[in-house]
Amino acid sequence: MEMTIPVLILAIPLFMFLFLGLLGMKMSHKLAGTLGTLGMGTILVLSYYTAFQYFFSGAPEFINAAGERLQYLVFDQTWLQFTEKLVIKVGFFLDPISAMMLVVITTISFMVHLYSMGYMRDHHGVYEHGFQRFYAFLSLFSFSMLGLVVAPNIFQTYIFWELVGASSYLLIGFYYTKPSAVSASKKAFIVTRFADLGFLIGILVLSYYGGTFNFAELTSAPVEGLAGVSQVSLGTAEGIKAMFTNSAAPVFMGASVLTWALVLIFMGCMGKSAMMPLHIWLPDAMEGPTPVSALIHAATMVVAGVYLVARLFPLYLMETAALDIITVVGALTAFYAAMVACVQVDIKRVLAFSTISQIAFMMVSLGVARPEFHEGLGYMASMFHLFTHAMFKALLFLGAGALIHAIGSNDYTAMHGLRKYMPITHWTFLIGCLAIAGIIPFSGFFSKDEILSSCLGYSWVAYLWMSLVAGMTAFYMFRLYYLIFWWKEHETPEGHHAPHDQPWTMSLPLIFLAAVSCVAGFIPFGELVSWNGHPYDFMAHFDWSVAAVSLCVAVAAIVLATVMYRKENPLPSKMRNALPALWTWCYHRFYWDELYMFITHSIIFRSVCRPLAWFDRHIIDGTMDAFATVTNKVSEAIKPLQSGQIQMYVWYYLIGALALGVVTILCLL
Amino acid sequence: MDYSQFLAMKQEIALLVVFLLVFLYDTFMPKSTQKALPAFSIILMLLATAAGFCSHCLGSDTTVVAFAGMYETSAVIAAIKGILNIGVVIVLLQSIKWANGESMLMRRGEFYELLLVTLFGMYLMISARHFLVFIIGLESASLPLAAMVALDKNRYESHEAAVKYILTAVFSSAVFMMGLSFVYGLTGSLYFENIYFALTNQLNMLLVIAIAFVISGIGFKLSLVPFHLWTADVYQGAPTSVTSYLSVISKGAAAFAFLVILAQVFGPVYSKVWEWMLYALIILTITVGNLFAIRQRNMKRFLAFSSVSQAGYIMLGVIAMNAMGMAAMMYYILVYIFSNLAAFGVIGAIENATGKVSMDDYRGLYKTNPRLSVAMMLAMFSLAGIPPFAGFFSKFFIFTGAINQGSVAIYVLVLIALINTIISLYYYLLVVKAMFISEEECVIGWFRSSFSERLGLWITVGGILLLGLVSCVYSSLLNLAEVSPMNMYFMS
Repeated sequence: MEMTIPVLILAIPLFMFLFLGLLGMKMSHKLAGTLGTLGMGTILVLSYYTAFQYFFSGAPEFINAAGERLQYLVFDQTWLQFTEKLVIKVGFFLDPISAMMLVVITTISFMVHLYSMGYMRDHHGVYEHGFQRFYAFLSLFSFSMLGLVVAPNIFQTYIFWELVGASSYLLIGFYYTKPSAVSASKKAFIVTRFADLGFLIGILVLSYYGGTFNFAELTSAPVEGLAGVSQVSLGTAEGIKAMFTNSAAPVFMGASVLTWALVLIFMGCMGKSAMMPLHIWLPDAMEGPTPVSALIHAATMVVAGVYLVARLFPLYLMETAALDIITVVGALTAFYAAMVACVQVDIKRVLAFSTISQIAFMMVSLGVARPEFHEGLGYMASMFHLFTHAMFKALLFLGAGALIHAIGSNDYTAMHGLRKYMPITHWTFLIGCLAIAGIIPFSGFFSKDEILSSCLGYSWVAYLWMSLVAGMTAFYMFRLYYLIFWWKEHETPEGHHAPHDQPWTMSLPLIFLAAVSCVAGFIPFGELVSWNGHPYDFMAHFDWSVAAVSLCVAVAAIVLATVMYRKENPLPSKMRNALPALWTWCYHRFYWDELYMFITHSIIFRSVCRPLAWFDRHIIDGTMDAFATVTNKVSEAIKPLQSGQIQMYVWYYLIGALALGVVTILCLL
Repeated sequence: MDYSQFLAMKQEIALLVVFLLVFLYDTFMPKSTQKALPAFSIILMLLATAAGFCSHCLGSDTTVVAFAGMYETSAVIAAIKGILNIGVVIVLLQSIKWANGESMLMRRGEFYELLLVTLFGMYLMISARHFLVFIIGLESASLPLAAMVALDKNRYESHEAAVKYILTAVFSSAVFMMGLSFVYGLTGSLYFENIYFALTNQLNMLLVIAIAFVISGIGFKLSLVPFHLWTADVYQGAPTSVTSYLSVISKGAAAFAFLVILAQVFGPVYSKVWEWMLYALIILTITVGNLFAIRQRNMKRFLAFSSVSQAGYIMLGVIAMNAMGMAAMMYYILVYIFSNLAAFGVIGAIENATGKVSMDDYRGLYKTNPRLSVAMMLAMFSLAGIPPFAGFFSKFFIFTGAINQGSVAIYVLVLIALINTIISLYYYLLVVKAMFISEEECVIGWFRSSFSERLGLWITVGGILLLGLVSCVYSSLLNLAEVSPMNMYFMS
């Protein structure tokens, strides 16, 4: 495959960022938005082409004679060479998951670009302040995210990992005059940065012992007889295994360094993918514009953690202890987030917790994946769910954006009964809810069902637990649906327009994503993506009993939601009064934020930061002040040397020259 | 005699041709065309510089020792002469307005002729491999400078400065030559090479005193403490163009010649004798220069002490005694030329327009002349060594070169130099603070500087911004240094 297209995929968004960032203010809002969208459209086409080539061209560099998909390095440029071994490269890497991610990112990003043309203006058609900046940041984000998924080495991943963090920071804080947006952006940045500290240490440990940054070498051994390193077969971890297991593999505090490295890297993934207890930034990140939430905080950036675990999956398989940790963290997070989502009143918060819960599904799926069980079904299921979730969650967010745009509030109590006024939003939102609830034939049914099957292969506890969470998912989504679109509508005050559907730029993405959510389940995903590149027949692993059970659970949950929320009735408040403590804890998100505030403010600030500040102010500053005072004093004292009298000049000169000689002689003696 | 030896002196000959043409133009061209003299000499200098670089690129200037071993040229020597030439072109560019002004009406030509003669002397200092040639170079680089310092005949300070300069210069030459006569007495030769071999097994008191005197003689040109006392008075009194020439070109040439003499003549007694002399001088120079610079309110005086302290940093490249130190020193000189000339360019422009040279007058300059202020700020940042400006890289490399020498004492020296950069940061930032932060109404109103001044500033600011980031500048100097014949002396 030639280099031009991959280079363009990265170069165009970077160029758009610089172009719109530097010259955006010189052009009209509309032009900037159109250019940004067109640029993204170009990348969309190029990425589809690349993914198509990778999956379907059958070229020998992408698929071998046995039908296994190969990793392919399009290019790999040396960027910094420190030593012979320590080389940092920048490249473009194609394998099943990166090709899939190209499709996901560019699709959602393009939809969001298009949608924002309508969303980022008020009802009179006036564009929001900083519209061009918004598009510049969107381009920056797209660039970073694309660079992240195609990274052939973990260092490049890290660089772009931080870049997506930075662009997420910029976009959450887009309304920088709003204090809540500013503090939300700071929170997101600091929490993920904190997690990335673990990630960085993990990278360093891993590459120190593994001797390489490259995924190709970390996750597989080179196949003998093939020229060059650009072609390696997937999934043979012998190479790295040899590095870690030969001659007394290093151990630190009772665990092997590989476990440490993997757990630390997972810490970074927890930050990015909002796993408990590092999830606290994601609900607040909803302060950003809603299209941003759809793009970054639902579909792409937050799944980067899942993606990275999948990318290093062969390594994780060598240390199943790390995978067990992932499973437990994921399962707890999924349940916790679903609980919280059941009682929130802000629709974006509900969706945010739903996102956390769904990402946890993907994590669990990776955690329970084992080659013994259906050839690593969980891996495929996780990636499949990542794909379908990206589509339907983006759909839900964009739908929520349409509602917020129409009503001017995030609170669903201000909505009610909107199905009559906004039919397009209503129907597409319903499709999104059905997809996430896992109703056949919508896409979520298939992916979630496979996750549950692979959980069953791991342990029945995991299966029951995750089925329960799946049921809760269906419940809270339909609770949200009924509260928004049913109930009795509010009176429209005199002189105000009734809420109505949005312009085509906003409707088109909704309809497109709804259509995708309807059909994406039928994609033969197992033939495209699997942990070792070996395609398998998807239906052979389809467990109808699991499917039937999960369908029943979902339907039951929806029926329950219908009974409770279809019309205004006293049932919910009765339940609330019956279990007041549980409700309060859920409503306050189990006081995680307060706990963090307590730890940082009362413990860390008081016992660590204050003494440090004192030390800085008195000892360090004091030393510097003393230094400055002495300097000034000496300067004053030697002032008479420069007398202006030439006799003295010559005199000092001679003394200096003689002293130089005499002192040296004395020293030599 | 083999006359083809003259071919080795291509750069000197080119410079002589420039001098002769300028002289002829000045003498014989009609009065109406005299205003074009500055432009004429700049173009000629540019041609000479380009010719020097071309001959270098064509590879024709490999190491040549000519005139019975009295003269030597090599790629490194050609490069340092090229660097000086670039500096001279910028100085000439910045001096156009002053040279074409009222006060210089009758003496315009003298400035150019004297300047070119001193430059010729510096060339000889760099290329000399025999002390007689060196002294001729040294004197022709010193004496005409006194006349240049006195060019501003209407100003009392200019005379005072010239008298101070000539008296101290003569005195220092005398001490220098006395040192040389000791060396001659000890070794019986004035050839660098012969002295080098004669000193290999020799160490006595007379030699130590001789080296101290020789160092003091060149230290005078470099204004190392305590041979620096003339600097402030002369820099302040001289016309600004002459001051900028004195502070960069004269200093750069002397620094390189110093390295040549110390390595190629006194190399055998490096670790025993002059390493420690230089060690003490560097600490004194950097520290005392800084301490005095803190107090100055006159911009020219301020830069005089700043240049004293900068000379100390340049000497770090000499004490390193390795190829990297030499490359770093040349790079430092190049960067220093650009940074210091940017500062002098601003000072000169303001002085030409308003006659003000006090730091107090610079308060609030940003509001009236933002561009000049930014140029000055960049110059100060570069002189102080703030990344990513060129000055940071030049300091970085010169410290690295010195550290590579390897002894613990040098580590301490570099540490002291580093601490001194903090002090220097203080006074450089004082200027920036005065220009940008001060709330007062600026006494210098808005003015438009002349085209040549602006061009000079653009070039120097461009250099400050680019020289550090364009990595090939330093690496090509390092390549040159690593293959230069000087390496032979570093090894031992």
